[in-house]
Amino acid sequence: MPPARPTTARVLVVDDDPALAEMLGIVLRGEGFEPAFVSDGDAALGAFRREKPDVVLLDLMLPGTDGIEVCRQIRAESGVPIVMLTAKGDTDDVVRGLESGADDYLVKPFKPKELVARVRARLRSHDTEPETLTIGPPEDAVTIDVPGHVVSRIDAAILLTPLEFDLLLALARRPKTVFTREVLLEQVWGYRHAADTRLVNVHVQRLRAKVERDPEHPTVVLTVRGIGYKAGPG
Amino acid sequence: MRRLVRRASQRWRRSAQTRVVVSTMVGSAVAVILLSTLLIGQVGRGLVSARTRAALVTAQSGIVKVEDEISPAPISQGQAPSVESRLQTIAKELSDAGQVGNQYQILLVRADGSGTTYATAGTRPVDVPPDLQRQLDRSGLAYSYVHGTTDRLVVGGVIDTTLGDFRLYHFFPLSSEQSTLSLVRRTTAIVGGLLVLLLPLIVYLVLRQVVRPVREAARTAERLALGDLEERMHVRGEDELAQLATTFNSMAVALQKQIRQLEDLSRVQRRFVADVTHELRTPITTVRMAADVLHEARTDFPLAAARSAELLQNELGRFERLLSELLEISRYDAGDAQVDTEPTELVALTHRVVDAVRPLAERKGSDLVVHGRAPVVAEIDHVRIERVVRNLVVNAIEHGEGRPVEIRVAADDRCVAVTVRDSGVGLRPGEDQLVFTRFWRGDPSRARSTGGTGLGLAIAREDARAHGGALEAWGAPGRGAVFRLTLPLRPGEELLGSALPLGPERTRA
Repeated sequence: MPPARPTTARVLVVDDDPALAEMLGIVLRGEGFEPAFVSDGDAALGAFRREKPDVVLLDLMLPGTDGIEVCRQIRAESGVPIVMLTAKGDTDDVVRGLESGADDYLVKPFKPKELVARVRARLRSHDTEPETLTIGPPEDAVTIDVPGHVVSRIDAAILLTPLEFDLLLALARRPKTVFTREVLLEQVWGYRHAADTRLVNVHVQRLRAKVERDPEHPTVVLTVRGIGYKAGPG
Repeated sequence: MRRLVRRASQRWRRSAQTRVVVSTMVGSAVAVILLSTLLIGQVGRGLVSARTRAALVTAQSGIVKVEDEISPAPISQGQAPSVESRLQTIAKELSDAGQVGNQYQILLVRADGSGTTYATAGTRPVDVPPDLQRQLDRSGLAYSYVHGTTDRLVVGGVIDTTLGDFRLYHFFPLSSEQSTLSLVRRTTAIVGGLLVLLLPLIVYLVLRQVVRPVREAARTAERLALGDLEERMHVRGEDELAQLATTFNSMAVALQKQIRQLEDLSRVQRRFVADVTHELRTPITTVRMAADVLHEARTDFPLAAARSAELLQNELGRFERLLSELLEISRYDAGDAQVDTEPTELVALTHRVVDAVRPLAERKGSDLVVHGRAPVVAEIDHVRIERVVRNLVVNAIEHGEGRPVEIRVAADDRCVAVTVRDSGVGLRPGEDQLVFTRFWRGDPSRARSTGGTGLGLAIAREDARAHGGALEAWGAPGRGAVFRLTLPLRPGEELLGSALPLGPERTRA
């Protein structure tokens, strides 16, 4: 049995702007979440351990330890969904944030609905029907235990974040389909409209780093040039 | 061959040094030929005339000697053979004297041509030029030149005797004059040739001293113009060229200072715009969320407060768009806009844009028609290009007066192009450039139904340029407007044209 999700999801807000933090709290509470706050990068990891949130909202611009570093610290000990808040839409910051482990990002200014949609997307509960899928070459396949959220290869477990798990699952569920980045954005991230396809690129790289024997020559998550990705083998 | 000629003419046009050196060579060659002709002529004439004077004296004395020998004797019929033999004796004496040092040869003949009295070996009566014989008919002494393997001067004199007229010819070989003259010729040719070669060389060397610093200055100026502001000239010595270098360098320093100042100024200003825009974002986020919460709850408010919440909500939307476009353009101004390119199919991209703006088009009553056969693939930043196309389509809908908007996508072997054509009010002359000006409004009285910020087309043009592409407009009053986006197949490749025409719609035959 998967661990039962608490009825009210806890959201840790890491932001140094008190007005914004309070406003985020108002909106989150209004949507039935339970927010907790920390305003300092140095205190973020401690707050994370104490609060055990279901989602982290992380501002990239923080006093003390910066957001990128906080993201790395949290990712080092947990697969918890991290949505970063950035005032910069610049490629560098977004890519750096995603590479340090963030699952998704929101560019300020954002609407409350966007915020809630992003948080909800990361908290979506999954099917609990017993289901096992395989992906990759048959002689060296990766096995996915869907309700158990466990991915393994020849009995060795592969630790994936929930987002990476969702990404792999989306590909494995329809092994003959080629997924465009836009379709993956919709299915995995929950974007209705075209969004930043770099999200997909960065997370495919991260996923490959974990599930591929040789990430340079992937056999599990294949690139279909000019179109997108599909499950291996070709 | 033709290429060689072209290269030579190019060199002639581009290099002052080549021009001067070649001119010097041609000029000095002409001068040398003229001067040496003059010189050789003078020397030749001088030599011959000196020899002629000496020869005339010698011949005269020979004639006198002969006449002296025969005149004192009483002339009588019986002595006739003895006169003939005396003449022969004297002629032989003269001939022997002439043979010493090969000065001359002697020929003594009867004037009527009836016989030769005496001839030095190698001289024949036929050697005497006829014109000399004619001259002797008129005067007692005459000379002429005979050209042959060795030029000869022939001096003839008339000797009257009772036995009839005799003619005494002295043949003076001119071989020593000839050899002197040919020596002079050879020397002149050698000296002249050397001059023709050396003069241009000297000119080249002298010129190089001048041209090299000038060339260096030109190169340095070129590099300065290309933006390498650190470039300076080397200062050598204290002459005019060193002065040129010094002046040039101080100009470069002044220029660099000016440019730095301007750069700093604009950098500070751009930084400021970027910082302001950036700093605004956090409070705007808070305000935005607060406004949203108020807006959601407006049904519980008194009427005035509810309406205020609505206005707040709407205007915040405009404010945000403006802010994000300001941020975008300040990024371009600051030069840190990044373009992430990947192969993208533009027909699909265009359809995506058109589908997204269709609700707006329907509200305005405009049909959106897309022409284009997939695949049209180019390496582009699809986020930016999608934004550009959306901007153009929205713009066309807004100014299209409810008439159809036509969008074409095409490619050739170098570039891809998207044109968006409306049949609305069109553009007045000059507006095809003005539309790209920041915050420019075509008609201030027009309702701003879609709330454009006035930065859209300016950003779109920057987006196109960031790809090495172009965004152009065409329009005429009442004939609608066309916007054409042209992008190279790969970023940075040179654009030479476009895959689609820009201009009025062609009337179909």
